[in-house]
Amino acid sequence: MAAGQQWVLVEMVQAFYEAPAYHLILEGILILWIVRLLFFSKTYKPHETYKLTEKEKEDLIEEWQPEPLVPPVSKDHPSLNYDVVTGPPSHKIIINGKECTNFASFNFLGLLDSDRVKDKALASLKKYGVGTCGPRGFYGTFDVHLELESRLAKFMRTEEAIIYSYGFATIASAIPAYSKRGDIIFVDEAACFSIQKGLQASRSFIKYFKHNDMEDLERLLKEQELEDQKNPRKARVTRKFIVVEGLYINTADVCPLPELVRLKYKYKVRIFLEESMSFGVLGEHGKGVTEHFGVNIDDIDLISANMENAVASIGGFCCGRSFVIDHQRLSGQGYCFSASLPPMLAAAAIEALSIMEEDPEIFSVLKRRCSQVHQALQGIPGLKLVGVPFSPALHLQLERSSGCRSSDLQLLRSIVDHCLDRHVALTVARYLEKEERFVPPPSIRVVVTVEQTDEDIQKAVSCIREAASIFLR
Amino acid sequence: MTESSGSKLLNGEACQRTLRGKNAGKNGFVKNHCVFEHPRKYRRPTERSQNAAPNSSLYKKPFSESFEETPLLVAVLTYMGYGILTIFGYFRDFLRHWNIEKCHIAHEREQQKDFVPLYQDFENFYTRNLYMRIRDNWNRPICSVPGAKVDLVERVTHNYNWTFEHTGKVVKDVINMGSYNYLGFAENAGACASAAIETTHAYGVGVASTRCEIGNLDIHEELEQLVARFLGVESSMAFGMGFATNSMNIPALTGKGCLILSDELNHASLVLGARLSGSTIRVFKHNNMQSLEKLLRDAIAHGQPRTHRPWKKILIVVEGIYSMEGSIVRLPEVIALKKRYKAYLYLDEAHSIGALGPNGRGVVDYFGLDPKDVDIMMGTFTKSFGAAGGYIGGRKELIDYLRCHSHSALYATSMSPPVAQQIISSMKIIMGEDGSTLGKDRLRQLSENTTYFRRKLREMGFIIYGNDDSPVVPLMLYMPAKIGAFGREMLKRNIGTVVVGFPATPIIESRARFCVSAAHTREMLDTVSLVNLQTPSSDPLHDGRVMGVRRSRRSNL
Repeated sequence: MAAGQQWVLVEMVQAFYEAPAYHLILEGILILWIVRLLFFSKTYKPHETYKLTEKEKEDLIEEWQPEPLVPPVSKDHPSLNYDVVTGPPSHKIIINGKECTNFASFNFLGLLDSDRVKDKALASLKKYGVGTCGPRGFYGTFDVHLELESRLAKFMRTEEAIIYSYGFATIASAIPAYSKRGDIIFVDEAACFSIQKGLQASRSFIKYFKHNDMEDLERLLKEQELEDQKNPRKARVTRKFIVVEGLYINTADVCPLPELVRLKYKYKVRIFLEESMSFGVLGEHGKGVTEHFGVNIDDIDLISANMENAVASIGGFCCGRSFVIDHQRLSGQGYCFSASLPPMLAAAAIEALSIMEEDPEIFSVLKRRCSQVHQALQGIPGLKLVGVPFSPALHLQLERSSGCRSSDLQLLRSIVDHCLDRHVALTVARYLEKEERFVPPPSIRVVVTVEQTDEDIQKAVSCIREAASIFLR
Repeated sequence: MTESSGSKLLNGEACQRTLRGKNAGKNGFVKNHCVFEHPRKYRRPTERSQNAAPNSSLYKKPFSESFEETPLLVAVLTYMGYGILTIFGYFRDFLRHWNIEKCHIAHEREQQKDFVPLYQDFENFYTRNLYMRIRDNWNRPICSVPGAKVDLVERVTHNYNWTFEHTGKVVKDVINMGSYNYLGFAENAGACASAAIETTHAYGVGVASTRCEIGNLDIHEELEQLVARFLGVESSMAFGMGFATNSMNIPALTGKGCLILSDELNHASLVLGARLSGSTIRVFKHNNMQSLEKLLRDAIAHGQPRTHRPWKKILIVVEGIYSMEGSIVRLPEVIALKKRYKAYLYLDEAHSIGALGPNGRGVVDYFGLDPKDVDIMMGTFTKSFGAAGGYIGGRKELIDYLRCHSHSALYATSMSPPVAQQIISSMKIIMGEDGSTLGKDRLRQLSENTTYFRRKLREMGFIIYGNDDSPVVPLMLYMPAKIGAFGREMLKRNIGTVVVGFPATPIIESRARFCVSAAHTREMLDTVSLVNLQTPSSDPLHDGRVMGVRRSRRSNL
């Protein structure tokens, strides 16, 4: 074979020698022409003519005027001037110099100024100092962190827990650790802002279902199932998640968890549950919405909650099976790339957990208080109470909106101010209207804690009634 | 020092005027437009060693930074190392698959086996086969103040790092070269700690509400006024987490139709914030002003992609000290560019605040610049102040806007009072407002320690990266096998260091990182640098050349 080929080559070279000169010249010119057409012809580069000369660029740069870095804020923006709290934000709170009974901080169990918690925090402060000076990976893991993680796992009866140094960052980091581009997340419309940020960071497809509407969710899941049947290869690698809150901060109602679990197994979707409002609140032992409904906690793939409400410390945690949770130790951005939780705050959280474990009675007290407040706030003329009776953070919305959000807010703010003058601290629930996916209607938030007495509640309710009768005629 | 024609033009105005009158040829014309473009003969784009500042007129003191190119042999050997590890990884995966090797990986629940797998297999290959083998070098639990010396919880593994057991013993007095304790404020006694104790007594640890609702304590207001004064800006705002300060405030500042120009080595929080903002993101080469200027020019000239509308605004995002490189941002040049092209500047001083500058006020102070030239001054309290959280400082309009639009102000719980107190106390000490020279002493000590330690390592012939004045000192290891070995051997000699490899660094540039602190004594630094070299011959570190030691050819330093 090789010899044959060689012979062909030899023949070619011979033919080259034998060819007449004019033929070779013609061929040569042709080749040069082709080369020119390919590499030096203008017609092959139509973009060239559009290219800006440096002079033109320079003029454009001169001409360009950017927008100001931030638009001016109007002097009467409701969020511009914060109320100033002097001293601890506990049951008795001093707002703008006035001592009030606190109906606004999420200090559900009244652990914020518990001496036991403070003592443990102080002991830790005296041992470790304040800051950790590093992320968990680089000498920022303290023995206290490990203890808190195992205590949380034990408390929730899950295999593993992982702590974050900031409540907001917890679910916002957990979602993108699992759900990536191309995956699908089904999420409740009323989901809180940190979930929304997590969804955005994940860059997955987001499908919103109507708040607590399981039929709507099932409709979306069925649609997806049909879609999957069309393209089974893609479906095999498309992860699907349902993200819900246990007790919604924006609507003060509870998710239908048993129904969600049924849908989970029917459509093979994983459930992520955000329990910042329900952890340490719902259930006989404060384990949250799973205990409330008697759902097996292993049926929920990931539970996240912050330790800033009931636990009255700082930070958040995720818990679940090791198979799921461990992944965050390398992929949870807020975990890997952030300094770890100051040990004194972790110590405070541990002590709060101890108190919760020792005295589960506290949860039934809270539940009673919640229903008491819920009962008392019914039927205020002009105001509509939103939320379930066992929710510790209720919303009072306007019965008749004026049609303009800012004037509604103004109205609610004057009710809050009226109550502040009468030593009852309430707050208007704040939202970033432009950033929220679905902005909840304006409302006053009423927070129930175990420290509130019957008289406190009576007084608060009568204040609200009085204010409503003045401002909402 | 390379003096180029471009460098003489300090700002765009001057540049423009010289050009108008000149009718230069196309090439010369191109070059002279830019503030920092150099004539070709001076430009060597592949060279990473930047000992001479190209625009020296902007700098008041020598700006000396070096990033030695990886020697070819080392690069080849490093790739081979990864190759061998990968082959072994596949082999062991094969063994695990057939149950020849015991598998310690957590499994999916039986009930959910038919779900779409939560992780893609290759995602975990690196973790399972490379990271797992040297996992003992990270997450080492400590049980004391993260000061100059630290106590580690001793842990052992019986299954090659799959699980750890605590023996109950404590490894005492490990020299801590890992924590970002630049000024040594990680303390459990002294003025800061006692102030924090008092605050805990008064306030408790939590806040249980957001700044905007009912969590705005007087101590937060005090902190913000102090931070503004410290930075020399009109106003400031503090947030509970440094990471979130970036990721939750950049989206409040830019949005669709805006352009973010980000350094390629920016921290994950900046990248996340930029992504969440929905703006277009373009990345320039690390600390490379030519690259930044080219992006700026092209961006303004061409406008937004496809629509070609002009950009609403352009935000340049840089860090003060880059925590993995030890480099310092070329701030004077960035500011010149920002002014020339009307962009805004976001400066993340996570590592530099407190650690740089004669007054500890960060990289702006270090270069002797005006803080007003930086539009958004961001930094964290975790490092130099020994606390937690972050801040943003700037003009009053900016902070007013953030108070109303920052995600953190509306949705996140405010900063814990004792943490705020720790920042207030330590900041006052740095500013000398406590009436002592303690702050000044610490700043001087840190800068002396930095110079000393860097010089010492250089003299020994190690390849170290970064700026001469940066307290972050990366020492190059290159090979994956050295990462684990170095970390372990150092710990055996009672020194805690951070070792990092891919994906935190480029694949062939694995390194160890030392963070110098004002709390370190000369003896400690001597011990650390000597131990780096004086290791028994059986030691894998002994072969200096492979580790990144270089005994000759070091010039102009």
